[in-house]
Amino acid sequence: MNRYLIAAYAATWIIHIAYLATLVSRYARLRREIEDLKKSR
Amino acid sequence: MIVAREQPPSGITRASLWKDLRLEWRSKDAINSMLFFSLLVVVVFSFSFDPNAEESRAIAGGLIWVAFLFAAVVALNQTWAREIRNQVLDAYRVSPAPANSLFLAKAIGNFIFVSVLETLMTPLFVLFYQLRPLGPAWQLLLVAALGTWALVVNGTFFAAMSLRTRSREIMLPLLLFPISIPALLAMVQATTNILTGEGARVWIALLLSYDLVFTSACLLLFEVVLNAE
Amino acid sequence: MKKAFPILGVVTALLLTYALYQALVVAPTEQTMGDVQRIFYYHVPSAWTAFILFTINLIASLVYLATRKPDADIVALVTAEVGVVFCTIVLVTGPVWARPVWGIWWTWDMRLTSTLVLWLIYVSYLVLRRFSSGGETPMLAAALSIFGALCVPFVYFSIWFFRTQHPQPVIGGGGSIDPRMLHVLLINWLAFSCFAFLICWSRYRLEKIQREVEQAHAMQSLITPRRDR
Repeated sequence: MNRYLIAAYAATWIIHIAYLATLVSRYARLRREIEDLKKSR
Repeated sequence: MIVAREQPPSGITRASLWKDLRLEWRSKDAINSMLFFSLLVVVVFSFSFDPNAEESRAIAGGLIWVAFLFAAVVALNQTWAREIRNQVLDAYRVSPAPANSLFLAKAIGNFIFVSVLETLMTPLFVLFYQLRPLGPAWQLLLVAALGTWALVVNGTFFAAMSLRTRSREIMLPLLLFPISIPALLAMVQATTNILTGEGARVWIALLLSYDLVFTSACLLLFEVVLNAE
Repeated sequence: MKKAFPILGVVTALLLTYALYQALVVAPTEQTMGDVQRIFYYHVPSAWTAFILFTINLIASLVYLATRKPDADIVALVTAEVGVVFCTIVLVTGPVWARPVWGIWWTWDMRLTSTLVLWLIYVSYLVLRRFSSGGETPMLAAALSIFGALCVPFVYFSIWFFRTQHPQPVIGGGGSIDPRMLHVLLINWLAFSCFAFLICWSRYRLEKIQREVEQAHAMQSLITPRRDR
């Protein structure tokens, strides 16, 4: 296997996973906010 | 300033433009800061490149336009600043005057400011970089007019847009530069080609169509941006 | 609808695995470039997906301007964001492919340059959305999206003229493609389109919830002070 090929495929998935990770963290933060809202009500 | 309802749109444009020009004539804020800024750019560039006559022909187009672009942002940023201070813009929003008259007044005003800057700075450029165009020099005037309008019409529009954001002074170049890349490329290439004696027809045609398309887009969308709630 | 999401997720994962197998094992090795050419199967589908997402962004922006429906605005936001992710992948895999084949990481050739400018335009769109937080954001963003889309043909033409005037360091693709390679390319494109749709969907739901929470916060800040008294 060519190392440039591996690098390109790995980069693609790293970028996708990094973006998905930001989505997950935003989800988590929202969930916490919703909990806070429910408690304060 | 009170604008009567019966005023035709062109009258409103003229009144608003005249007001801006008089304000600028008294304070000379925009033109002074632009002049000093582009002077700095010229000096810094000449230190960092130190070109001979042949080289400077090849790079001068880029240098001139980059200097004018950065200087224009200074003027564009304060286009609307004055109108916010005393809620003039809000007054304008509720008045029956068409939004596009105001936009045209501001765009023409900025065009005049930047053109004045260019006429004052170009001799200095020619001196510092020992420029002598090998192609038809009158075409440079055309390129300058079309190029300045391209920067100024979008710049006025995006300045109105960035008014609505946090840190508005930073926002304007961030919005303006990406959209201006084709126009900038055309201006730089046309200028360089005229200086080195190659043809610049294609680039001038590109600039002209860019101006037409984006002027229409600005006029179509300005009301939306001005009244966005 | 709730069930469709996990089903689509499983289908997409299977498709991506199958596409990866196709790209690495089934697709024939290119004669001159060798294995490196297999980057093609990630690079090109990502580019196509990004362009489709940007097109949807323009359509959603137009729909928003016409109807003022918040959902259209969310679609515009989501497609721009995911489009930028895919565009980033194109810009990263491009140089990784260029290095072994052309011997250079980056070249200002037509396609790379115009993709970079496109990326800049949509990043500035996302910056505008990040920096303006008010009811007017959707309108401003929709206007900017239209400007960005209008700019695309100018970007292509200007860079095309630019490149045809200068010595070309690179010979662009051209020629016909092996039907087996085309088959693998299309499978990968299908897989990545499904993946993009999946991400857009979750981002859309996230934005929906976020706006609801913001509304709830606003409601609460209206109620709480009264309870304190």
